Amino acid sequence: MAAYLMRRLVAAFLILLGVAAITFFLLYVLPADPVRQIAGRSATAQTVENIRHQLGLDQPFLVQFGRYLAGLSQGDLGHSYLQKTDVATLIWARLPASLLLMAGGIFCELLIGLTLGVIAALRRGSALDQGLMVGSFVAVSAPQFVVGLLLLYIFGVRLSWFPISGYGSFSHLVLPSVTLGILGSGWYSRMMRSSMIDVLRADYIRTARAKGLGRARVVLRHALPNAILPVVAMIGIDIGIFMGGIVVVESVFGWPGIGQLAWQAIQRVDIPIIMGVTLVSATAIVLGNLLADIITPLIDPRIRLR
Amino acid sequence: MTDAAVPVPAPATALSRLLRRKLALLGIAIILVVTLSAVFAPWLVPYSPDEQLFDGLTIEGAPLAPNGTFLFGTDLLGRDLLSRILYGARTSLIIGVVANGAALVIGTLIGVTAGFFRGWTGAVLMRFTDLMMAFPALLLAICLAAIFTPSLWIVAMVIALVNWVQTARVIYTETTALSEREFIAAERSLGASTPRILFRHILPHLVPMIIVWGTLGISTTVLLEATLSYLGVGVQPPTPSWGNIIFENQTYFQAAPWLVFIPGAAILLLALAFNLVGDALRDVLDPTQRGAE
Repeated sequence: MAAYLMRRLVAAFLILLGVAAITFFLLYVLPADPVRQIAGRSATAQTVENIRHQLGLDQPFLVQFGRYLAGLSQGDLGHSYLQKTDVATLIWARLPASLLLMAGGIFCELLIGLTLGVIAALRRGSALDQGLMVGSFVAVSAPQFVVGLLLLYIFGVRLSWFPISGYGSFSHLVLPSVTLGILGSGWYSRMMRSSMIDVLRADYIRTARAKGLGRARVVLRHALPNAILPVVAMIGIDIGIFMGGIVVVESVFGWPGIGQLAWQAIQRVDIPIIMGVTLVSATAIVLGNLLADIITPLIDPRIRLR
Repeated sequence: MTDAAVPVPAPATALSRLLRRKLALLGIAIILVVTLSAVFAPWLVPYSPDEQLFDGLTIEGAPLAPNGTFLFGTDLLGRDLLSRILYGARTSLIIGVVANGAALVIGTLIGVTAGFFRGWTGAVLMRFTDLMMAFPALLLAICLAAIFTPSLWIVAMVIALVNWVQTARVIYTETTALSEREFIAAERSLGASTPRILFRHILPHLVPMIIVWGTLGISTTVLLEATLSYLGVGVQPPTPSWGNIIFENQTYFQAAPWLVFIPGAAILLLALAFNLVGDALRDVLDPTQRGAE
C-alpha cells in the first residue's frame, strides 16, 4: 500500500508538472498580447517594451518557465498582471466560495441520484423505473447553463423563493448547488440502480429474507449499505466534471468563486491567474482520482491495487 | 469489459434489435428531424435568420413573444427566432459530427497504438493521456477558444483536442485485452503480419465500441459547443448557434424567457437523442451488457 501510494504520488507530481508545462506553453504562444492589455491602447511602443521587460516577457520560453517553476516550488503562483496582487492570495480568497458550491453540488447529486436509483431498483421493470431512467438521460443531456437559468427563472424570478444571484447566505446556495448537482445525479441514479440490483440478487440477501427478516429491514440494513459504498467511492472522479461546471454555474449565478476568477482572467488575458486556476483545478482533479482509486479497494477487498 | 471471443453481431440483426427499442426510436426520430431542418433550413425558414424585421419588435423596442406570425417569437434585434433555431441546427450538427469525428480518430489512433505496440511508445502515449485527463477540460477549451479568434472550425478543433481522451482510454483497454487473446496469438504463430493482425482482426473487433463512443460523444460535443457559445467564446454571432442565441439574449431573459428556453430545449433534445441512441447501441452491440437492463 505504501509503495503503491508513493508511486501514485510521484506520478501525480509528474502529471501536474506536465499540465504546468503545457498550459505555460499554450499561453506563451498565444496571439493575444498581455502587455497591450496592461499598457492600454494609448501607450507608446517604448512603454510597451518597458512593461514587457519588467515582467520578464522578453525572455525565452525556457527561462520564463524556469522562473515560474522556481516560484512555484516556494508556493508563489506569481503576480496578477492587472490586479496588482498575488495570484495565490486571489485564489485563496475565492476558494471557499467554490468549495462551498462543490459541497452543495455533491450533496445534491448524491441525494437526488441515490434516492432515485434505489427507488428505480426496487421497482425494477415498472413504468416508474423506466420513467426515472429516461429522467436520468435528460439530466445528463441538459446543458448546465440552461438548467441554471430555468431554476433561476422559476424559483428566483417567478416564485421569488430564492435570490437571483449573489453569495452569503444559505438561500443563495440552493439554486447553484442544485444546478451543479443535476448533471451528476443522472449518472449516480444509473450507477446506484445497477449496484442495488446486483446486491439484491446476492445470496446473503436471499439468506436474510429466508431467515424471516422483513423486506424493509433487508433493504435498509443489508442491501443499501453494500450497494451505496462502491457508488459513493466514485465521488473523487466527479471533481473533474465539477471543475468545468463551476465556471458555468458561477457565471450564471454571479457566484464569486475561482470559476469566475478564471473566466474574467481569460477575457483580460491575465495569464498568471489563468495558470494559477488551471494548476489548482488540475491538482484537485488528480487528488480526486487518487482518492477514488484508494477508497475502492478499501471498500471492496476483491479489488487489488497494482 | 467486452468479451471479444463472442462474435460481433451482424449489422442487420443489430439494427433490427435497435429499432425495437422505443427510446432508441425516439432518439433516431429527433436526430432525423434536426438533420432535415439543418439540411433544408433555407427552404424551411419563414424569414432570413439575419434580417432585422420591420415588425419584429414592439413599438417600445421589445422582442415579440411566440405568436401566429412568429411561431417562436423574435429576438432582441427583431429577428425571427424560428429561422435562427433552424439555421442553428446546422452549427450544432456540423460541430457535433466534425469535432467528434476528429476526436474519435485521434482517440482511436492513440488507443490502438498504445494498446497494440505497448513498449515505451505505449507508455508515453498513455502517460500523455493521463496528463490530459488531469486538465480541467472546460477551462482548457475556454482558454483555447478565447486565444484563437473563434470560428466554426476553430471551435470544432478545440472540442476535438479536449474530447479525444475518453475514447483513447477505452480503446486502449480494449485493444490490450484483445491482443492478449488466443486467436491473436494463433494468427501470430501462423505468421500473419502486424498490419494484417491490426486491420483484419483488431480493428473489426473495435468497431462496435467505436460506434457506441462515437454516438455518445456527439452528445458531449453538442453540449460543449453550446456551453462555449453561451460563454461568448464559441461560434460567434451573427452565425446562429443555439448556445450563442442564449448568450445574445440572456440580459433580457426575465422579460423574454422564450429566447433562452426554446434554444435551451433544442440543445437538450439533440444531446438527449444521441445519448438515447448511443446507450441503446451499447446494449445491442455489446453482448456482455445484455441482461443488465
